[in-house]
Amino acid sequence: MSTPSTHSQPGHENEHAAVTVHVRAYMLVFGALLVLTGVTVALSYFDFGSMQANIVIAMIVATVKAGLVALIFMHLNHERRQIYVLLAFTVFFACGLFFLTWLHYWDPIRLPH
Amino acid sequence: MEIPYTVTPRPDTQLWNAKIGIWLFLASEVMLFGGLFSGYVFLRLGAEPGFWPHGLLNVPVGTMNTAILILSSVTVVMAWASLKMRRYTHYLVYLGATIVCGLIFLVVKLAYEYPQKFDHFGIYLKEEARLKYEPYLGNEHLAKKGLAPRTEITGHLHAVDISRDGREEEVEIHSPSEVSHLAQEKGVQILGYHINLDTENADPTNPANDRPHFWHKPPSEKQAHVEAKDVLWATAFLPKHSNYFATYFTITGLHGLHVFGGIVVFTYFFFRSRKMYDAEPEHLANRLEVAGLFWHFVDLVWIFVFPIFYLL
Repeated sequence: MSTPSTHSQPGHENEHAAVTVHVRAYMLVFGALLVLTGVTVALSYFDFGSMQANIVIAMIVATVKAGLVALIFMHLNHERRQIYVLLAFTVFFACGLFFLTWLHYWDPIRLPH
Repeated sequence: MEIPYTVTPRPDTQLWNAKIGIWLFLASEVMLFGGLFSGYVFLRLGAEPGFWPHGLLNVPVGTMNTAILILSSVTVVMAWASLKMRRYTHYLVYLGATIVCGLIFLVVKLAYEYPQKFDHFGIYLKEEARLKYEPYLGNEHLAKKGLAPRTEITGHLHAVDISRDGREEEVEIHSPSEVSHLAQEKGVQILGYHINLDTENADPTNPANDRPHFWHKPPSEKQAHVEAKDVLWATAFLPKHSNYFATYFTITGLHGLHVFGGIVVFTYFFFRSRKMYDAEPEHLANRLEVAGLFWHFVDLVWIFVFPIFYLL
């Protein structure tokens, strides 16, 4: 079934150019992720005053890294609406899951110690 | 039966089928890992002071593995871009590089990092016995600095004192598993442990040891003898060692399984793509995009696993 025409469909040239633009973004993100990995490691050896502060800072850096992967590598910066709807539900239920954990620390019946 | 909408969007969802399929699957994966992560948070917040270990993992090796996984995310997206640009050879090279990266990650984890842990030994001390082992714990020094106390002595076990049918003897130990075998023998009772101390226990009041080191140091020559009656529990760095290692092995183990699954799929693509490429290159590109989305998700999970277990 191999025909040359399948390799050069109409509009394919435009797509080729678009992909070339993507490739540059991928390389930039690659560099950024490596740098941020180094930053995460370096910051963990710096005392921000408390373990909690160190954890919050490390999680901020990790979230930035995860955001870059999701937006650029997983193409979430230009996805169809339906995917975002689906992800909104995912975020909602994932938050619910962590909320259940948090409930343990919210204790309305405080017993005297 | 032919699978519909492999390339063209389905009118009602505006998406080709596999795209919505993989995102639904990833949504379920978020709940799977989310449950385990929330379990981690729960256990960590509930840990008594001194009972959440720090600095027991090899940070340089973990950093290297993080970089390898990030690299593999780039190579898989480049393999996809190569298909979009109809460069089949490039595609194979990038896909091959992805497989190699995944394999390196797994080999480092399974053949180096895990075995190093299985070989390491930790002895948690009873609260009333901690003063007796102060030269190895340095808790007075830590309390002055407002740091959590040390509750554990770690290092490489090299011998145990036992009583066998009432007769006392010292038995040389080459691997921690020998201790559990000994303890299960009839008439044998463990009386004490001879351990080569990790740096923090060998020199506990040195301020340089207040926080974990970046470079992993092997246990020193300095030895300690810990009597069994002072021990809360003693074990190699296995899931039963602590909530820390239980969650570490569960989450990294499940993550490793995902890496393995990705390698299997990419290997299949590596050997079985040519026919589809000639017939329907766009379909192949979409297949790889979907597998790539899974692979990026696995990378994304690791981005959180690395700091919470190795660094914090």
